[in-house]
Amino acid sequence: MVNITIKGLRFGYNGSRILDDLDLLIEDSEVLGLVGPNGSGKTTLIKCIDRILKPKGSILLDGKDLEGIGRKEIARRLGYVPQSSATPLATTVFDTVLMGRRPHIRWRVSDDDIEKVSDTLEQLDLQDLAMRDFSQLSGGQKQKVLIARALSQEPSVLLLDEPTSNLDMRHQLEVLEIITTLVKEKKISAVMALHDLNLAAMFADKLAILKDGKIYAAGETADLLTAENIREVYGVEAMVIDILGRPCIVPIRSLQG
Amino acid sequence: MGEQYRQYTGRKVLFFLVLMLGIALLAGVAVTLGSADIRILDVYSTILARFFPGRFHSTAFTDMIVWDLRLHRVLMSIVAGMGLGAAGAVMQGILKNPLASPFTLGISSAASFGAALAIILGAGIVAGSWLVIGNAFIFALLSAFAVYGLAKYKGISSETMILAGIAIMYLFSALTSLLQYAGKTEQVHEVVFWMMGSLGRSSWENVGMVITILVLCLPYLVIKSWDLNALGAGDETAQSLGVNVERTRVIYMMLSSLITASIICFTGTIGFIDLVAPHITRMAIGADHRFLLPGSALVGALLLLGADTLARTFLAPVILPVGIMTSFLGVPFFVYLFLRRRRTFW
Repeated sequence: MVNITIKGLRFGYNGSRILDDLDLLIEDSEVLGLVGPNGSGKTTLIKCIDRILKPKGSILLDGKDLEGIGRKEIARRLGYVPQSSATPLATTVFDTVLMGRRPHIRWRVSDDDIEKVSDTLEQLDLQDLAMRDFSQLSGGQKQKVLIARALSQEPSVLLLDEPTSNLDMRHQLEVLEIITTLVKEKKISAVMALHDLNLAAMFADKLAILKDGKIYAAGETADLLTAENIREVYGVEAMVIDILGRPCIVPIRSLQG
Repeated sequence: MGEQYRQYTGRKVLFFLVLMLGIALLAGVAVTLGSADIRILDVYSTILARFFPGRFHSTAFTDMIVWDLRLHRVLMSIVAGMGLGAAGAVMQGILKNPLASPFTLGISSAASFGAALAIILGAGIVAGSWLVIGNAFIFALLSAFAVYGLAKYKGISSETMILAGIAIMYLFSALTSLLQYAGKTEQVHEVVFWMMGSLGRSSWENVGMVITILVLCLPYLVIKSWDLNALGAGDETAQSLGVNVERTRVIYMMLSSLITASIICFTGTIGFIDLVAPHITRMAIGADHRFLLPGSALVGALLLLGADTLARTFLAPVILPVGIMTSFLGVPFFVYLFLRRRRTFW
């Protein structure tokens, strides 16, 4: 249904280059994992795709350059889930998710909007928290609410910036299971930055490995998670073992220099 | 779940209705207060007689007391309170800071400087009886532009705007002190009195002008309040939801500055309302700006009307400056709410 073509993407803050001539193709109904060491440009790439940052080069959504598409239209197509969200103001979970409808509505909240928000909350098993304050929730609950907000935008592409940071093991699995299920069910795509390679191995259909603002390698997850790639990109000696039909990474030690 | 949400919205509407009723009642009471006695029912019928001459009647005496002497002051306290309350809610929203208000951006100290300039040096942009008002208004807006200019240089964010605002505020305070140091005793006294804020200078003309500004600005603010909600979730999230963050912040800042300037140029600096009305409203109905903005306007109106009523009766026949009473009335109420609250609001 959708695909995103990134060509020659460049971005830098005050002269220092963070993304350098980067090419990438994101196809529909797939989960693309962005992996790479700290500072390799994962978060920046996600923000560039959502036009939160304004990069040079071109990002085509179904062949149309994002630069020529209005903010509101982008918001209807791309849903962004930030790493964490500071909402100091008292907002209920329902209101937080309702905000995702903003690109679609003018001022009045229609029955249809309320219906859609209710459905999304149920889908993520958040219905009991609907009238609670967002700020009172646990880390895992907050992450689910932010995903719910992005889903209520009804986007064709979900952009997730480390959706599992700050979560315990069960919530990590739960959140990623929800995302991968939704991608298959709704035939949308997801791009997510991940630190944990084992989670990437479990949940990403494809991987893009970033190193120094460039794509070091991109392709099928199982092909890319090799001991050699991990040594080259992360500077870590690791064993990659095949367990339950997927690669399992066992780190051994960090390599100096 | 949807039903629960509709009930939640219904409670907010109920809150508005109660406030409006409270304002209407208190306004009636406020008009009866003063050296000439009139009954509250006569007040309402005198007001309504203007609009429905056949149905309600008034006497020449009540007509004069209500329409010529007291009603414009009561109305001024209502519209000024509305404007200050809404402007405060907007500022706290765009600056994402619970201590923010239009005064954080130096608007009040700039207006005070403008007034002091007119009072002490007789210098100003508009001549005649509008000298002080014109100066206060123009300098208040000037400070908003200065804050915008300074913040623009570093990128418009809550932090840059607050820092620029505080710098401007101190600059104008120092300039006012300088003028006061040079001024004669009576002039300094007049400046100090101006800075306390008072509704004693109100007239139908002033009320009309403030209402005009409110009618022009408030609907826009409320219509665009989704953007303000989105800003509360963080600049990046707001952008990903399709909001032009910088432009929204600038427009909101300018409109709330305009509202504040158009009020305090007539009344002097009335503090506290713009800070506390949004907090009270947030505690009552939450932080959804679609309801928070009109709610803060109504709470602000009730607070300022209450404060002015108290200021007129507390030491009658002496009328205290309302700026003093707003804090005396608002602080205990605010502290009470603050102590008994169960949820966190910031």
